[in-house]
Amino acid sequence: MNIAVDSDAPLLSLEQRKRARNVGFSLVFLGLVSAFLLAGRPGNAGFKLVDTYTVFLPAQPFARALAVALVALGAIQLFRGFGKWTNVVLAIATGTFVIAFLTWAASGGSFSLTGMLQDTVTRSVPITLGAIAGILCERSGIINIAIEGQLLGGAFAGAVVGSLYGPWAGLLGAIAMGVGLSAILAVFAIRFRVDQVIVGFAINFFSLGLTSFLAQRVLTPHPEYNIVRPFTPYAVPLLSKIPVIGVVLFTQTLFVYVSIIAVVVSTWFLYRTRWGLRTRAIGEYPQAAGTLGVDVIKLRYRNVWIAGAVAGLGGAWWPLGTVGRFDQNITNGRGFIALAAVIFGRWHPVGALTAALVFGLSEAIQLKMSNLDTGIPSEFLLMAPYIVTLIVVAGFVGRSRAPKAAGQAYDASK
Amino acid sequence: MKLELRGITKRFPGVVANDNVNLTLNTGEVLSLIGENGAGKSTLMSVLYGMYKPDEGDILLDGSPKVFTSPADAIAAGIGMVHQHFMLVPVFTVAENVVLGVEPTGALGKLHIDEARRMVREISDKYSLDLDPDAVIEDLPVGVQQRVEIVKVLLRDAKVVVFDEPTAVLTPSEIIEFFEIVKTLVSAGRGVVFITHKLKEALNIADRIAVLRRGKVVGEVDPKTATESQIAEMMVGRPVQLIVNKNSASAGDVVLKVTDLTVLDADGRKHVENVSFEVRAGEIVGVAGVQGNGQTELVEALTGLRKATGGTITLDGKDLTHSNPRERHQMGMAHIPEDRQRQGLVGGLSVAENLVLTRYHDDQFSHGVVVDWDAANAIADTLISEYDIRTPSKETGVGTLSGGNQQKVIVARELSRDLRLTIAAQPTRGVDVGSIEYIHSRIVKERDAGTAVLIVSTELEEVMALSDRLLVMYRGRVVAELDPKKSTPMEVGLYMAGSRPDSAVNA
Repeated sequence: MNIAVDSDAPLLSLEQRKRARNVGFSLVFLGLVSAFLLAGRPGNAGFKLVDTYTVFLPAQPFARALAVALVALGAIQLFRGFGKWTNVVLAIATGTFVIAFLTWAASGGSFSLTGMLQDTVTRSVPITLGAIAGILCERSGIINIAIEGQLLGGAFAGAVVGSLYGPWAGLLGAIAMGVGLSAILAVFAIRFRVDQVIVGFAINFFSLGLTSFLAQRVLTPHPEYNIVRPFTPYAVPLLSKIPVIGVVLFTQTLFVYVSIIAVVVSTWFLYRTRWGLRTRAIGEYPQAAGTLGVDVIKLRYRNVWIAGAVAGLGGAWWPLGTVGRFDQNITNGRGFIALAAVIFGRWHPVGALTAALVFGLSEAIQLKMSNLDTGIPSEFLLMAPYIVTLIVVAGFVGRSRAPKAAGQAYDASK
Repeated sequence: MKLELRGITKRFPGVVANDNVNLTLNTGEVLSLIGENGAGKSTLMSVLYGMYKPDEGDILLDGSPKVFTSPADAIAAGIGMVHQHFMLVPVFTVAENVVLGVEPTGALGKLHIDEARRMVREISDKYSLDLDPDAVIEDLPVGVQQRVEIVKVLLRDAKVVVFDEPTAVLTPSEIIEFFEIVKTLVSAGRGVVFITHKLKEALNIADRIAVLRRGKVVGEVDPKTATESQIAEMMVGRPVQLIVNKNSASAGDVVLKVTDLTVLDADGRKHVENVSFEVRAGEIVGVAGVQGNGQTELVEALTGLRKATGGTITLDGKDLTHSNPRERHQMGMAHIPEDRQRQGLVGGLSVAENLVLTRYHDDQFSHGVVVDWDAANAIADTLISEYDIRTPSKETGVGTLSGGNQQKVIVARELSRDLRLTIAAQPTRGVDVGSIEYIHSRIVKERDAGTAVLIVSTELEEVMALSDRLLVMYRGRVVAELDPKKSTPMEVGLYMAGSRPDSAVNA
């Protein structure tokens, strides 16, 4: 019994076919956007790479060429499919679309592309660290909705302790605050087996309320508690001399270096060590680990604490990496974006970093756009990068699979 | 190593799960622990494995008393357990699962995965278990997964291996392989405790059989001389009818007709593929198959709990492919679901409320929107006595009853009206021997009254004994239709495993 199968088209599941079709439509959609919106402005756009060198792109022809290419690619995807090259095609297409968008916005003027990329990396820091905190928890079976609260707590403690005892002490203070807030999550979720999502939300509100209250009642009358000297960028010897990349990656504050190290270290530990094997085991099937003598409860506590420390550090980025002070709700939902990065990154630190960079880029573009005179409403500017992000995410990620036991309390007797 | 349990007593609030239990296991011996659900087998083994602390009594290994406060202690003392539900992480490889908890590591806890692979290969070769250390668990058939569990136990150098209902998930040919492995373990000087409720298997493999009833060891028998009915009587405490008593069927008109039924889930996975069959009035059609081959989805599609993606279902000639469960119910379809707690009963409601759960909206039990509780209670009293439901009162929460009595509540509710079709999935799962006997006789009675009956069960013996015609499902398809009187369990088992008895000719 043989069903005739097209020899170079492998059998795809229904879900894969749907996804392939969606990718095709997305490409066509992006093509139409560039044809009708982005090709509307003449003139050259200048992208400054280094002080002495600026690349000029003609906005209109570039957008038109891109529109033709995107529609063609979309058609190929719809009728034939790129198979395993789909993601590569989509990545290149989306990247080019972003450049066309920038070309359109900057036509007739110029701006620093390198500066924007540097900003992207900087802004991805709290999202990356927050996402790693989420991954460490969820991989061990505890859902961490409280990332936002932990970031906010870390930011507050970083500002106050930093103002009193200097930025290094501020870092330690932020870490301690993160651990403290995660300890609440741990006790309620692990010891008392309360619904983890509810505990997480409670911590977010608690953290927002407490820091806002203290900011109003203590920091406003005592501004000396809320002025800290942030860390200054450190240029890595030699590496920072590389054109463009040197500025983007190697002329950054401590936070960027720490978050890259955090990604590398957490990946290595999760996939190459005993701790990682056990952590992933208790996140998937804690009973299996428990019956082999692994202390599930203890390991979950430990992971939640470490996650709290990482999130606290991420929170310290606001006072100690940027503005040098704490403001009410300064994190403004970045913790939830970090949560999204956990899922988009498929519970893997490198994936989370990638997602964080995409989100960082949207923030950086949006900031840059408001400086350029583009004529589009600022509300749309706030929205546009996220639309692109959604398309990328829908295309790249497909459906991801959470650790199976995430959200379930462990009871050794069951 | 000689294992002794001396005077073990374990109490839970309101129950004595183990009552002064004494057992001995000698080196190189298979001890079968047999008893009904709730007799205390699993509690006893959890005590042995350090998951429960006994209230009284001692565990002795080679004569010296031991105290286990966690599974880690029991493992260190040489006790290994293969749980009924496999304790394997589905997304891990064989090697990762085997070394979990005893990982070979270097500096900073770095995992030596090559060493782990080598360890798996070594044990696998020594006991000829044929395992690939790099295979991912969720891709493996259950029989192979069980061998991974055995390697886990052997790697920890267990001298006593406890198997909790090991054959429940295996096909007949896998059971034979499993018994070979048990023999190898025993000849290598290890002791084996084999927990089961299947009498035949205990008689087949054990050196001694200990029977547990209500937490107590009620006796030990020698498998060379004991008979099935003798052991069953010890388990239940009274003589039991083990064979299903039925005359040959007199099949009438076609009641249920299923044509090209296909069921996909939300992810597009095919669970049921182009299944066609008929069930006639007055006959029992059985569906055999290893768990997870589409039987659950087939039943859900037939009863309206899941959407049929393709094909048609007719009852007495009327198309009900797109009818909802209540409409099907009103057309005379009864459903005894496979998961009684999740689909059959509302645990928090009383016995009486559960008994009218499908009928409270009938005129008989309601005046407009108000339920007539007098009528409902009256029918509940009748059903409780007619179906011999052992409950303190009709107001008792149904969740507090034993498995067998919960099942009788469902059977009473579903069968106590005029029916055209009865669909029963795993009708006796987790039910004591006494109630099994009763439920089987009820189903046969229903058939003799002219109802079409469809039985789905993974217990091959049950489905062969009950049915007049037997279908076998494998990977969502019906791969065989057999006459159970003319087929052997071995033959059916081959179809269940996906191979055809005559494949040598066809290949």
